[in-house]
Amino acid sequence: MHMADALLAPAVAGTMYVASAAVAGHSIHKLRKDDDAKKLPVMAVGAALVFAGQMINYTIPGTGSSGHLCGGMMLSALLGPQAGFLSMIVVLLIQCLFFADGGLLALGANVWNMAFYGCFVGYYLIWRPIMQGKLFGEGKGAQRGRIILSSILGCIITLQLGAFSVVLETSLSGITELPFGAFVALMQPIHLAIGLVEGLITAAVLCFVYESRPELLRDVKEETAGKAKLSLKSTIAVLAAVALVVGGGLSLLASSNPDGLEWALFGNAEEGYAENMGLNEEEFGISSSAAEKAGEIQESTSFLPDYAFPDSDSPAGTTVSGIVGAVIVAGVVSIVCLAGGFFRKRKA
Amino acid sequence: MNKLETALRDISEMDRLAVKGSPVHGLSPLAKLLVTVAYIIVTVSFSKYQLGGLLIMIIYPLVMFSVSGISIGTCLYKLRIVLPLVVFVGLFNPIFDKAPMFRIGGVVVSSGVVSMITLMLKGVFCLMASFLLIATTPMDSICAALRKLHVPSMLVTLLLLTYRYIGVLTQEAAVMSDAYALRAPGQKGIHISAWGSFTGQLLLRSMDRAEDLYASMQIRGYHGEFPYAKSSPFGAKDAVFTIVCIGVFVLLRFVDVATLVGNLFVR
Repeated sequence: MHMADALLAPAVAGTMYVASAAVAGHSIHKLRKDDDAKKLPVMAVGAALVFAGQMINYTIPGTGSSGHLCGGMMLSALLGPQAGFLSMIVVLLIQCLFFADGGLLALGANVWNMAFYGCFVGYYLIWRPIMQGKLFGEGKGAQRGRIILSSILGCIITLQLGAFSVVLETSLSGITELPFGAFVALMQPIHLAIGLVEGLITAAVLCFVYESRPELLRDVKEETAGKAKLSLKSTIAVLAAVALVVGGGLSLLASSNPDGLEWALFGNAEEGYAENMGLNEEEFGISSSAAEKAGEIQESTSFLPDYAFPDSDSPAGTTVSGIVGAVIVAGVVSIVCLAGGFFRKRKA
Repeated sequence: MNKLETALRDISEMDRLAVKGSPVHGLSPLAKLLVTVAYIIVTVSFSKYQLGGLLIMIIYPLVMFSVSGISIGTCLYKLRIVLPLVVFVGLFNPIFDKAPMFRIGGVVVSSGVVSMITLMLKGVFCLMASFLLIATTPMDSICAALRKLHVPSMLVTLLLLTYRYIGVLTQEAAVMSDAYALRAPGQKGIHISAWGSFTGQLLLRSMDRAEDLYASMQIRGYHGEFPYAKSSPFGAKDAVFTIVCIGVFVLLRFVDVATLVGNLFVR
């Protein structure tokens, strides 16, 4: 998901730099206030670990492909959102400088898309509420269930947000002719699958840490009683089944309607028009010399030419299908987890 | 060779390039950082159809590569990482934007093709500029330059420490991967049964390492600020380099030199 410099207009890149710098400023301020000097080496080693860990290939069972670790979620669970965010900035900067993975000008956008969502949204909206809640009940097994749930949910949601931001930033920069809706429909489902796999890997690593050194994880209450009821393997099996069902259902739904890309390319003949871009903008509105003059001035002074989304009139249904897919998977996963906890309690 | 070892080799290759001697290596890191950022901003600010204007921008990387004595091949090898997303986004331009723009021989070139080429060139040029910066400037000098620009010391120290530890941890992960691969022949990656324990072991050891690191830093008198061994002052030649480069970039952005030169030959 690393964006290259070429994908951004300077104004968009600058805005993202300002946003990321503001979050970095807040993080530094917060860490200075806590005055934990010991944290810096831990952050550095954590960042180096994420860097190395992202290059390890994990085999996805049943497929020929492999997945990678999600750094933002793991670092914020270990170090907290502020320290995790700063560590992720450094990882992204080194990836950009030494491996050409992401551009120097695009760093602000990359930090926002990957570090901000992963650390702040992932921690404050997902990790902490779930870990401090009473989901799955008491005991070690429940704690582990919460870790698995929040890692998977966290990775899926933060990756969806990140992928959506990539589309938004590229479209606002006026770089691509690919309609906004089609771009979203291409990016979101891919990142749904990636998010699920990254979530599972991150969950596996965090569960291992929980088993061996629970004090390293944030918001985890140390519990000694209770036998582990929810093993990682059984959770993965349940999730795989859910993913298959949801994936199958969604693709059936999707194939009955043409998606955004097909629609933009070939139009919708059933609706009576074969061409999508048949509208002639210049024939609409009132023409006057003053309006033309104003238009010329605006054209020459506009900060970002062609700022509007290229395909703002595409059907809203297909435009947001990726996001809906993400929400459905997240919803089903939570329902299955809730149901699992309910039945276990009944059994006990 | 696994991915981790390739990364290690890449980092050491860059370190080796950064300590070579050349007029470019001798410039102040701050000057190089400013010029690189200016170059990237000017390059991406060209509109998607200004192919001629953009092409002229190649002169900066070309001059810098030849003066610094670094081969362009090393840089082009890195394109394999940056290009896929750019190509993915750019490939749709010729499909959606079919308005004819000009004609070469008998072939009509559409504006979508022009915007696709412009996008890819921007990707390549920006990569070259960043590569030149890092290939001619050691990491600690870049950190010193960032401090001069008032980037908070916490972030800069973190960058420096992470950079040092990336080598150590990547090496350790590479050894672990090799050991795992030797025990699991014919397997592509880490099996699901070892997903947690593989990285988890490395993580636990790394956290212990961080404790040791902090203790050793304290013994050596660490008090929140890193002293930088070599401070390279911003001299007159650096000022001239910065002003001339940025001036030329701005000139090339606003004066269409490409068309002016082209008009001399094409009528």
